[in-house]
Parts: sequence; structure tokens; C-alpha cells
Amino acid sequence: MRVNVLYFGTLKDLFASERAPVELPDGATVDSLLSLLRGQTSKQSDVWRTLAVAVNQEYAALSTTLRDGDEVALLPPVSGGAPRRCGA
Amino acid sequence: MRVELTTAVIPSAQALEEIKLASDGAVCVFDGIVRDNTRGRQTLFLDYEAYEEMALSQMRSLAAEALTKFAIRDVALLHRLGRLEVGETSVLIVVASAHRVAAFDACRWLIDTLKKTVPIWKKEHFADGVVWAAGESFPEELVAAKETLG
Repeated sequence: MRVNVLYFGTLKDLFASERAPVELPDGATVDSLLSLLRGQTSKQSDVWRTLAVAVNQEYAALSTTLRDGDEVALLPPVSGGAPRRCGA
Repeated sequence: MRVELTTAVIPSAQALEEIKLASDGAVCVFDGIVRDNTRGRQTLFLDYEAYEEMALSQMRSLAAEALTKFAIRDVALLHRLGRLEVGETSVLIVVASAHRVAAFDACRWLIDTLKKTVPIWKKEHFADGVVWAAGESFPEELVAAKETLG
């Protein structure tokens, strides 16, 4: 099956891509997708410890099973709103 | 209820005037603006981007939740995207209610929650470099990767 992965923020730079189709075995979960993607980049990044994942625009758990055609967005910690000072 | 993502200038004064009704005793406004520095680094401008469909649905959910959670009558929640200069409004929250306490509480809850859960990011362009702003941590239940990828 194939899912469409969307990258945002710093992940967009890490993968030099905004969206990419990814082939996965049937029954794959969010967890297995993240492991696969993490293995595709040699660059170290703290973002893997802090990101959230949305499947079809809803926040999803690691254990969520993916289906063919799902839109899977990798979301670094969000920073909308007004600028803030670190630790504020 | 008014919820918008826009690349245009946010009409703060209009949103404030438009929300008022005779039954309201208070309107509380949070006007988030672009500061000229972060930790002493001079900011030239910011680029905001969003996962737009999800951001809009999250903002609608937040506005609706605020209306049930607090004794308020109406909410406007507007966020700007694209390039913003120093002093411009990036986010505007307007809450109307009969009494001030609920208006203050709802306004504070809306900005605090928006900043943790609505998928919007900003790239900070400084005089001496460019970085994606470090976001606030997601609430524990939304962090997908914590268990196995640490």
C-alpha cells in the first residue's frame, strides 16, 4: 500500500521535501512508518523525540494502523501565535 | 463564531467592533504581534506556514470548545500566514461575554491551547541567520514518537 507523507517545519528541510508517497507493507502502523523514515536520513535531529503525527488531519497514536491512501503528516512542535521568549 | 486563516492583514479593530452586542458586558482581546527580537537577536521578519486544512479544523474545534467550557457568548479566532513584519498581528483572539472573568479566562485558554495544538509554524529571519522557531511541547497525549524513538 502507499501513503502520502507530508513534512512541515524543520522536517521539510530535513527531508528536502514537502510531500512524498511512501510504500508500506499492509498492516503498517504510524510507528513502523516513522522507523522507516528515520532510517532514510543520516542527519541527527531532536525532532523525532518531539513530533506529533496526524493521519487524515487527526492526531494519531504510534499504534494507529495505516491504510492505503492515508495522508500522514509529520508535525514538529507547533509555534503559531505570537512570538515568545524561550522558557516564557 | 468567526475562525479564519488568512494571508491578508488581520482587521483587529473591525473584528473587535463587529463582535459586540448589547447583552455583552466585556470584550477581551489578545493581539499577538511580531516582536523585533528573540533573545536579543534582531528579527527582520517571520514566515508563518500551516498544515492549513488541519489548522483550520483545530481552530474551529478550539473556538467551539471555548464556547462550551466558559460562560462566553462569542469568539473570533484569526491567524495570519505568510510573511509578517515587526509589529504586525500574527494572531487575534476576541472573546465577548456578559462578565469579564469568563472573557479573560477563555482568551487565555484559547491562546495557550492554540500555541500547543494548532499546526502552524514560523521561520524566524534574523539579521544574522534563519531558524524554525522552537515550538512548545505537544501535550503528552499527542506526542506520537515518545515511547520508542527516544
